Amino acid sequence: MAESATPIIEIKGVSKVFRMQDQTIHALSEANLSIDKGEFVCLIGASGCGKSTLLRIMAGFEQPSSGDALMWGRPIAGPDPTRGMVFQDYALFPWLSVRDNIGFGPAARGLSSGEIKQITDKFIDLVGLAKFANAYPHQLSGGMKQRVAIARVLANDAELVLMDEPFGALDAMTRERLQDELLDIWQRTKLTVVFVTHSVEEAIVLANRVVVMTPGPGRIESDNSLGLPRPRDVSSPEFNDIRRVLGAKLHSHHAKKAA
Amino acid sequence: MWSGVKPTVLALIVPALLLAFWQVATTLQWTRLIPTPYAVAEYMVDFAVGGIYDDAYSATLLTHLLASMSRVYGGFALAALFALPIGLMIGRMPWARMLLDPFLQVMRPIPVTAWLPLSMILFGLGAKSAFALVCLGAFYPILLNTVFGVRAVDPKLFEAASMLGCRGNAQFYKVVLPAAVPSIFTGLRLGLGLAWFVIVVGEMTGVPQGLGAVIMDGRTLSRTELVICGMIVIGLAGYLSDRIVVAIGNRLLRWSPNHHG
Repeated sequence: MAESATPIIEIKGVSKVFRMQDQTIHALSEANLSIDKGEFVCLIGASGCGKSTLLRIMAGFEQPSSGDALMWGRPIAGPDPTRGMVFQDYALFPWLSVRDNIGFGPAARGLSSGEIKQITDKFIDLVGLAKFANAYPHQLSGGMKQRVAIARVLANDAELVLMDEPFGALDAMTRERLQDELLDIWQRTKLTVVFVTHSVEEAIVLANRVVVMTPGPGRIESDNSLGLPRPRDVSSPEFNDIRRVLGAKLHSHHAKKAA
Repeated sequence: MWSGVKPTVLALIVPALLLAFWQVATTLQWTRLIPTPYAVAEYMVDFAVGGIYDDAYSATLLTHLLASMSRVYGGFALAALFALPIGLMIGRMPWARMLLDPFLQVMRPIPVTAWLPLSMILFGLGAKSAFALVCLGAFYPILLNTVFGVRAVDPKLFEAASMLGCRGNAQFYKVVLPAAVPSIFTGLRLGLGLAWFVIVVGEMTGVPQGLGAVIMDGRTLSRTELVICGMIVIGLAGYLSDRIVVAIGNRLLRWSPNHHG
């Protein structure tokens, strides 16, 4: 019951400053964001807007310079299996087969080999890679690698899946198929997903909420709830209305600078 | 059919040309100090199984080969025993790198030949010196490749491991070691090759048996055919030994897209 009241993720006044040699980079400035369990949130913006930094703070890979990043009301101290990350360049372990990559988390938790096999079988099936269970990552296509990366996170009981432009390196057809599969998994498992992308269309296809971010310094420009029914039709007028509105917000910082 | 034998045929062209040149040079007597290929081949048979010249070296090939192999593999194993842990430490611990790296970088350019006199003073005449010199020859490639391997692990893999619940020291066994295996393997392969490469120097230390000892004897006795036989055996033994290592590597490193020797 406490869960329904407490958001899964709360970002309160979070700023992140990187110091490199003599330069100070304000990657993120005073970000506030609250995400409820089961939401699908897309962070969208041009490069340098801080969307990846915000995601990495949620993952625990980076600590905020100021402000608080909380999960279930407790500070995020470091990376944790409850928050799984899916990287753009997969970051699979090249020396492990598909099966062992997916079983890496369960094995690290110290489960028995019987339990590990049961879990890996389930998630290999979920992402449709039964025929490639014993293949190594270098033998897989980009789309298959990203399926393994998603299964690896799900097999570890992650409540929150953080995705950093996961489909950015894939061709358009594979990308669309994986978007459908991801939505299907999300709807069946009640996961919470935070998904970083620079494609407005991808964000509108996937998200309940689209958080628009702008660079220089990186900050949250607006938080937009999408009421579009699913499955979403990219060619519908409603879809394109939203695309136009979000596109304008995405470029709002240019207008401000010009004025 | 052709595609099946093509690699073998291509591989034999250069040796065949060299052999032909050798034959021409010796029959036309451009030099009188080098025996003909036929004379060397005949001597090689005698060296291997005896029955032609019946001198001190007849039918002794296996004895010398085994003596050299024991030093090559023994010295190599000793080198791996030192170089692997030191390499892992230098690669992962900044203080170990600051402590050892400058010293080892200064020691590295000193050739094994230069160590010969000191080695004989420290380890005496004989097998111990030979082991020490072969070990020294194999040490640096294993060390450097191990250091490179553990330092070159993709940082993303550490993030991936930690978000999957594998942290701290467990990452060393689950991430660093497996990721470094291809480099470590390359180091071991180069180290074993160098162990064969320095065997003649190693056996300049007054050991009675070994292919290096045979070559030094041949030089002293002006028996060039003996020298050439020793060279050929070292070349073939080193080649076969490398092929075996590569076969093992290809089996162990099936997962690695760029490891097919």
